[in-house]
Amino acid sequence: MNALREDLNIIQQWVKPDSQVLDLGCGEGVLLKYLREAKNVRGYGLEISPEKITACIANGVNVVEQDLNQGLNNFTDHSIDTVIMTQALQAVDRPDLLLDEMLRIGDEAIVTFPNFGYWRTRFYLLLKGRMPMSETLPYNWYDTPNIHLCTFLDFEILCREKGIQIVNKTVVDGEHKEHWTIRLWPSMLGEIAVYHIKRK
Amino acid sequence: MPEVIADDSVGLVSPQLLHFDEPLTLRSGRVLPQYDLMIETYGELNADKSNAVLICHALSGDHHAAGYHSMDDAKPGWWDSAIGPGKPIDTNHFFVVALNNLGGCSGSTGPTSINPETGKEYGPDFPIVAVRDWVHSQARLADRLGIEQWAAVIGGSLGGMQVLRWSIQYPQRIRNAVIIASAPKLSAQNIAFNEVARQAIAKDPDFHNGHYLEHGTIPKTGLMQARMLGHLTYLSDDAMRQKFGRELKEGKLNYSFAPEFQVESYLHYQGEKFSTRFDANTYMLMTKALDYFDPAGDYDNDLVKCLAQTLCRFLVVSFTTDWRFSPARSEEIVNALVQVDKDVSYACIESESGHDAFLLPIPRYMAVFGAYMQRIARELGEDVA
Repeated sequence: MNALREDLNIIQQWVKPDSQVLDLGCGEGVLLKYLREAKNVRGYGLEISPEKITACIANGVNVVEQDLNQGLNNFTDHSIDTVIMTQALQAVDRPDLLLDEMLRIGDEAIVTFPNFGYWRTRFYLLLKGRMPMSETLPYNWYDTPNIHLCTFLDFEILCREKGIQIVNKTVVDGEHKEHWTIRLWPSMLGEIAVYHIKRK
Repeated sequence: MPEVIADDSVGLVSPQLLHFDEPLTLRSGRVLPQYDLMIETYGELNADKSNAVLICHALSGDHHAAGYHSMDDAKPGWWDSAIGPGKPIDTNHFFVVALNNLGGCSGSTGPTSINPETGKEYGPDFPIVAVRDWVHSQARLADRLGIEQWAAVIGGSLGGMQVLRWSIQYPQRIRNAVIIASAPKLSAQNIAFNEVARQAIAKDPDFHNGHYLEHGTIPKTGLMQARMLGHLTYLSDDAMRQKFGRELKEGKLNYSFAPEFQVESYLHYQGEKFSTRFDANTYMLMTKALDYFDPAGDYDNDLVKCLAQTLCRFLVVSFTTDWRFSPARSEEIVNALVQVDKDVSYACIESESGHDAFLLPIPRYMAVFGAYMQRIARELGEDVA
């Protein structure tokens, strides 16, 4: 088994063995494959990229072609233990509604997204006066799929308003690695957030 | 006619006729005392007989799914795009079995066969067979070939319905179900199209209530109309616009009721070709099998409950412009499978070709299909790239 990307490694630790997951925007199915092999976790990935869907099938992962923006009505309430979404929250039409859906379908959810409050991003806007670009956010303002960028603080306020409990959180750098320095001031120093949430 | 046979073709193939003596009790309650099945096979059955794949055909298909019968053949078998060395159903790894279903008109027992009780053709007296009867006869075929469990059962359209039925009827005997451009049951619109087709045939004066062979005629006009209508439902609006637009045969309007637009001539050609090769009673019967298919009907009309007993993995594929069996119909199957935690993958392939797309070598379709089949081959211990 190959080493997992650090953020996926954090996520896998929060998924219970023998449970069932739904991975929204599952990419090539790397996480699902790992979870199946290492923790006997079953589940489905949703994806819309044709190449990634083929890759999932080659990886032996259950993948369903489905656009997250078209809703998740085909999944029944609390039919899944953990609903996971890595690096897609900021790219969907309505992140707030999707969060509700994740916690309707799943007992718990795990979400990762880039921190728009990362110090480099803040300074980029402050000093250059232009929409920030970085390795994590490599797009121009006009062609970016990241249409709903937020900071850690924004996300936590949204959770509070929705009565969502943050069970666990961690932040990683642009290489998806955890580092002790980030923990000093996560909302400023963390580039990518990983939140484990559930309904209160 | 193939000048030379391509490397990825199964090459020259020959059908075989298998006779079955054991009576088959049909869904209708009627019994076929004995019957023949015409089959073709491609590739080699491995020692433990674990690499067999069954191909189920659609409305007008038959046992000739791939390769050529002779170097004079104008075209290969109907699913040559997907079956052969290096193709998704790779004959380097799989032993592929295709058959003509009961009630067909390509060699298996059907309306044009002699009824042993009367010494005459069955004609319209051939019992109406249901999808489950086909699957039952296919299970007997598996027994005959010594195949305990299919590595995969695969089919498109009406063929996909047989695959779905396999997964419910013989859960232990199928490891993978590949259901393409299909539906868990027909819609009212689907049934309506079938009824118009049947009426076109039945009202042809040459039909003689199905006893046309005794009268030395065939209901050519009726069959042609039925096929023209059917063919329309296989194409998309876009595909027809691109292929024909409003192009005129003679470049000008003639103000007559003869065919003037290219699309009209095309449909006439398709209808004509079909009416000389296909049996009208078989067409009636196949459309009935489609109409009756509703496996959830035995489970309080609950597809989820119906699919709860399946044990195989599923691949479901649909095509964006297919309006005969739209992606939403495939998604009904997928969603029901997800609700009972079954292993299922689903791809909706972008295509302009309507329902017909399932027979075409569309690159993304072949990639998804191939990736799925390669995984099965790997599990068989085959060396797959």
